Amino acid sequence: MMYDVIIVGGGVTGAACAWALSRYDVKVLLLEKEEDVCSGTSKANSAIVHGGYDAAHGTLMAKLNVEGSRMMEQLARDLDVPYDRCGSLVVCMAEEDRPRLEALLENGVANGVEGLRIVEREELLAMEPNVTPDAVAALWAPTGAIICPFLLTIAMAENAFVNGVEFAFNTCVTGFERLEKGWKVITDKGDYETSVVINAAGVYAGKLHNMVSEEKVEIVPTRGDYLLLDQQTHGVVTHTVFTLPGAAGKGVLISPTVHGNTIVGPTAIPVEDCEATATTAEGLEQVTEKALRMIPKLPLGQVITSFAGLRAKTPEHDFRIGECAEGFVDCVGMESPGLSAAPAVGRMVAEIVEKKLALTEKTDVVTTRTGSRHPSELSLEERRALVERDPAYGQIICRCEGVTEGEILDAIRRPLGARSLDGIKRRVRTGMGRCQGGFCTPRVMEILARELGVPQSEIRKAGSESKMILGVTKEEAR
Amino acid sequence: MKHVQVLVIGGGPAGLAAALAAREQGVEDILILERDGELGGILNQCIHNGFGLHTFKEELTGPEYAARFVRRVKEAGIPFQLGTMVLEVGEDRHVVATSREYGIQEFTADAVILAMGCRERPRGALNIPGYRPAGVYTAGTAQRLVNMEGFMPGKEVVILGSGDIGLIMARRMTLEGAHVHAVAELMPYSGGLKRNIVQCLDDFGIPLLLSHTVVDVQGKQRVEGVTLARVGADRKPIPGTEIHYDCDTLMLSTGLIPENELSQSAGVALSPVTKGPMVNERLETSVPGVFACGNVLHVHDLVDYVSEEAAMAGAAAARYVLGGKAAEGESIPVAAKGGVRYTVPSAVHGGEGIIPLRMRVGDVYQNKNLCVYADDTLLIKQKKRVLAPGEMETVKLDLSKVTGCRQITVTLEDWA
Repeated sequence: MMYDVIIVGGGVTGAACAWALSRYDVKVLLLEKEEDVCSGTSKANSAIVHGGYDAAHGTLMAKLNVEGSRMMEQLARDLDVPYDRCGSLVVCMAEEDRPRLEALLENGVANGVEGLRIVEREELLAMEPNVTPDAVAALWAPTGAIICPFLLTIAMAENAFVNGVEFAFNTCVTGFERLEKGWKVITDKGDYETSVVINAAGVYAGKLHNMVSEEKVEIVPTRGDYLLLDQQTHGVVTHTVFTLPGAAGKGVLISPTVHGNTIVGPTAIPVEDCEATATTAEGLEQVTEKALRMIPKLPLGQVITSFAGLRAKTPEHDFRIGECAEGFVDCVGMESPGLSAAPAVGRMVAEIVEKKLALTEKTDVVTTRTGSRHPSELSLEERRALVERDPAYGQIICRCEGVTEGEILDAIRRPLGARSLDGIKRRVRTGMGRCQGGFCTPRVMEILARELGVPQSEIRKAGSESKMILGVTKEEAR
Repeated sequence: MKHVQVLVIGGGPAGLAAALAAREQGVEDILILERDGELGGILNQCIHNGFGLHTFKEELTGPEYAARFVRRVKEAGIPFQLGTMVLEVGEDRHVVATSREYGIQEFTADAVILAMGCRERPRGALNIPGYRPAGVYTAGTAQRLVNMEGFMPGKEVVILGSGDIGLIMARRMTLEGAHVHAVAELMPYSGGLKRNIVQCLDDFGIPLLLSHTVVDVQGKQRVEGVTLARVGADRKPIPGTEIHYDCDTLMLSTGLIPENELSQSAGVALSPVTKGPMVNERLETSVPGVFACGNVLHVHDLVDYVSEEAAMAGAAAARYVLGGKAAEGESIPVAAKGGVRYTVPSAVHGGEGIIPLRMRVGDVYQNKNLCVYADDTLLIKQKKRVLAPGEMETVKLDLSKVTGCRQITVTLEDWA
């Protein structure tokens, strides 16, 4: 099978490339080693859209961050992704750090970020009353936003799929062979031929790059540990609040999420293994210690889960996007703000491919997507009408998040639907609440097995080795 | 909008007993709303015996115990709706519920009885570091899979927490052919009933490691191992004491939390200690006409006590809707001191009748007197050889003896 473009990696970068390319008349395949999109770095991050003041002026990272941030609101509306431009604050905790705050402002202004200004303590405390009164000042960035990173990735992938992009899951790329025109992509599920490869493999992007290029790159997977707090903590901060990196070390952020939780983190711990997403006691302690310094009243007794994600850092601390070999387009070093920049990265990569393959735009592109309907977000009357039309929306499966059977069925049945418990969770939030799936897990397993037409013993949390049950009882075995 | 006299939220042991008591007191118009597909609540998955020793003077399994109440509810003709989940309890006892069968319904009730039970504390709330693979189950979830669906969540098991469900599941998994390596407990004492430690761990040679916790979970996709470590007096792991187990399952029995999101939507004041509503001797919450009983009020060790407590709530709700006398006089706070963590009720009115005052202690105590004072007057003194957090204590409080006093104090005192 000959493709025009093969995208390696179904994270937010790969999904954005697929989304941007699906506007053209072009045959695209996306390969993902896991069972679903959004299974690596894109599922474990701060869930924010950076304003773009942080990335050093003059870098590609700065340019794409600012562009991505500008594109995000409209994109979120088009693709029905939860997004809230709540603004962000970078809090300076000591007078001696003020020059850094001013430098950050200057950098942001140079990057073209709109609306930046420094707010003094009084104004800061009026905006965020729970910030420590020891705070000196803050950089206010009204364009900072929060977003659901799962649904951003899933929505772009879904929209690409609807517009003709093919997806192959559980397919791991193991090598490349140069063809006369293009590449043979070797995977554990067979080989594919393509004119252009897009390397969007996240923490593995360095490895893929080094398979085809003499100019080696190094990726240092850098772990970020996070804590997620119960929705009852909603309002403890109303903006994304960062600590200014300073004398006391690298900062953390405390932010509302689009679903009303509070997220706290991350650490930045270099690791060797590209799969090393285990949290550590030290990492979690670091996060809580720093967070409490900025928000002394942060209700850390309300933690509902902790997790870690890996950022694909390079020593240069910049994105490397472009052809590193003929027909091999890198997206390397896609660390933070990779999520914020994603739409702009997708657009940039699509433009590279457009020129290269002389692509023409399609006329019948589906530009919008309607997400799952969530009864808990409807008025009582709308909810009543929905349940009358489809009674499955009356049946609550996940009590904590109020997720109905109708939503779970939709998560499985919609384009590029969920095939695992985590896939359902990321689409419609089953098990995301305070009991963390205690009640709903057996019920979601049952629904998924029924829908997929497989026995429950085949149901997985995520990857192929993550079976939920390992046998039957003696009575069942008889 | 439908109107009911007494609306019972939850069809588990508490809701069933409350509804029956309300009917016995003469309330005609009662409705039980149950979110699951059958009545009986968590008892349906508790297939072990040991239920009903106090209520029926015989040992029943959970489903048998539930069935007796379900039969009585059906015989009494008390209506119930299954698969119906209450979304909100608003002002003036306005209740919204959703279900597949009945759609979105709105009720107004003269009295509401909260009987929603509790949930298990998940891994996330414990900040257990490590990977987040499949194979980490709360004991109750595992119990449902094994007992109701016939699935084995794993074969090589380590259990964290010695709550009763964890102990019961240690035995259950062993009987089903799994290998339970150990039960680790953070505290220097078990959170479960003594009889369960003997019958579920000792009898099967399963070690109980007190003052231990999980410090790492290995396995990216499915649990491959768990590392335990001893904890010091500060409950922090002591480096160098790690014990590793190769296993495929980590089961958690680290505490139950009353499920009070609806109570909060109703504006009910909660106790920071029990996480359940603050109630008076009628088990009435801070919102008039809203009563609470069972594990939504405070976590019980025996279902017999749940039934007894729920019957009180049901009767009180009946008196409330049938125009009985409102509580008179000043509300007298009950102070829990000297190692007693809380009491239910947390405040009473003086008057007629004898009520059970239930409580738990915060540590293991030996050779203590459990004392109840009305102001400075000693009312009750019970000699106790052992008191433990896993075992609920009850004293009978004569309300006529506290009439007019300013404070009731429940405390532990040394013998002699």
